[in-house]
Amino acid sequence: MSGRVVYIASNTFREAVRDRVLYNLIAFALLMSGAAILVGQISIGIERLVVINLGLTAVSLFGIVIAIFIGIGLVSKEIDKRTLYTVLSRPVQRWEFIVGKFFGLAGTLVVNALFMALGVFAALFYVSRHFQASDSWVLVALYFIILQFLIITSLALLFSSFSSPLLSAVFAFALFVIGTFAEDLRGFAGLTQGIVRWLATGAAYIVPNFSALNVISSVAHEQPVARQLILSNTVYALVYASMALCGAVLIFERRNLK
Amino acid sequence: MKPSRRITIVASSLLVICLTASVLLLRTIDRERTGATLQEVLYISSPTLLKRMSLGYDGLLADVYWTRAVQYFGDKLDRGSEHFDLLAPLLEITTTLDPHLMVAYEYGANFLAPKIPGGAGQPERAVKLVEFGIRNNPDQWRLYYELGFIYYMELQDYDKAAKAFADGAKLPNTHQVMPIMAAKMAEHAGNIETARLMWITTYQTTRDPNVKSNAVAHLNALQVDEDVTTLERLVARYQEKTGHLPQTFSDLVAANLMRGNPTDPLGHTYKLMPDGRVEVRVPDDLPFLEKGTPIGYIPPRVPKLPPVN
Repeated sequence: MSGRVVYIASNTFREAVRDRVLYNLIAFALLMSGAAILVGQISIGIERLVVINLGLTAVSLFGIVIAIFIGIGLVSKEIDKRTLYTVLSRPVQRWEFIVGKFFGLAGTLVVNALFMALGVFAALFYVSRHFQASDSWVLVALYFIILQFLIITSLALLFSSFSSPLLSAVFAFALFVIGTFAEDLRGFAGLTQGIVRWLATGAAYIVPNFSALNVISSVAHEQPVARQLILSNTVYALVYASMALCGAVLIFERRNLK
Repeated sequence: MKPSRRITIVASSLLVICLTASVLLLRTIDRERTGATLQEVLYISSPTLLKRMSLGYDGLLADVYWTRAVQYFGDKLDRGSEHFDLLAPLLEITTTLDPHLMVAYEYGANFLAPKIPGGAGQPERAVKLVEFGIRNNPDQWRLYYELGFIYYMELQDYDKAAKAFADGAKLPNTHQVMPIMAAKMAEHAGNIETARLMWITTYQTTRDPNVKSNAVAHLNALQVDEDVTTLERLVARYQEKTGHLPQTFSDLVAANLMRGNPTDPLGHTYKLMPDGRVEVRVPDDLPFLEKGTPIGYIPPRVPKLPPVN
């Protein structure tokens, strides 16, 4: 990776921190500590289940919202503030700008998720007073959530490279919802016939598959996640994010910035 | 080459490669996660809770669960499984989310009730499902028909079957077959003609291709059962007349007991065995047979249903 990409990425990270993105951690900490105390008193036998489900869902939703709302502004904000022209007047290529922005936001989200993960484990320890071997699967679920962040960040960047921030947010959020039902979509496609089947299957394979990246329910029930699935999901998320980034680069390369 | 052109070529190539790779990876992930989505049904198995959680989008969620139910049963059937534990909960969730989804009740009557391997072997749950449907759709004759169908075919409770058909016959928009079925239940319960009439009605009134195909398979099986019974009776009559068994069906034709070589519903000629029994040529193509199969014949784990047309 070129030094310029690293530089843009670190600047994006610093900017996100300056924008008080990490303040969401306070809300998350309040949510988790409140939930831990509450479920400790009202749930019988399912405290761990509730804390894991609630905690991981909150990590996922907080991250997705941040990824979409920061991601859609990464390009447009630079254009509005006219800082993009300063950057591109230096020996920085457009693709480096896009890739750097992606890594900067991805880094922010990873740091954010790691802090939230600490909160989840603290709440888990509070309700069950000990850790157990199956808690390690919670880490796998968190890892999958981070993979989701990579995909959604790349999509937000892709949409922001050609659309307005509002529409980009709508597109990215819609794709997140559709991707959550990706397996059902492929099921629907399987019930159709002829050319409709081909078209529907094609569309179902193009949308991101977030359903395979969501193992919150199964890890809450202490079910292990297959190693092969971890590997496949990792490669899939990286490939999909790369694909969306390539699209963003292609569009941004041709965009008239005058 | 201009740097911008080089970037375009590299990015385009990468995009195509990544797109192809992502589709291939998804197929791998799908194989690794066979049934994973359905496993989630176990986590939230309460239809009422799901209805509340759907935030008013219960129609859409019902469609999702309906698709899952069809996929679940189809996948399991294809793999020759004998356990269909999730079919009933999936259909119950579907119909709770959308109590007017008639096709789900029809599917339940045709695939939840019948014995394994053609169905899930849970007629009692199928009865509950259809009764739930009747409570929510009291003006649908089709549900009374399905209820009578389960009582007749699977539970052999002819009184309850007769009552179901009679109740359905009272509806203003009822089908012409309902009063006939009610009368037949009372008079001729258990005979082959009644069963045939039921499967023909199912075939003619359903829009679900799976249900249609299932009905055709059963009609074929009934036809074979009837043919074999008739042919074996003719063979016995020939033996009475001549004192020996016929060698071929031509002997029966020559003895004026029949007109030509008989064929099964798929067009294959029947086989006359040396001991006078009659068998079909390809029993695997004719599921649900009760007669006409070779001695010791074990049907395939997955019933081979005929194409709808």
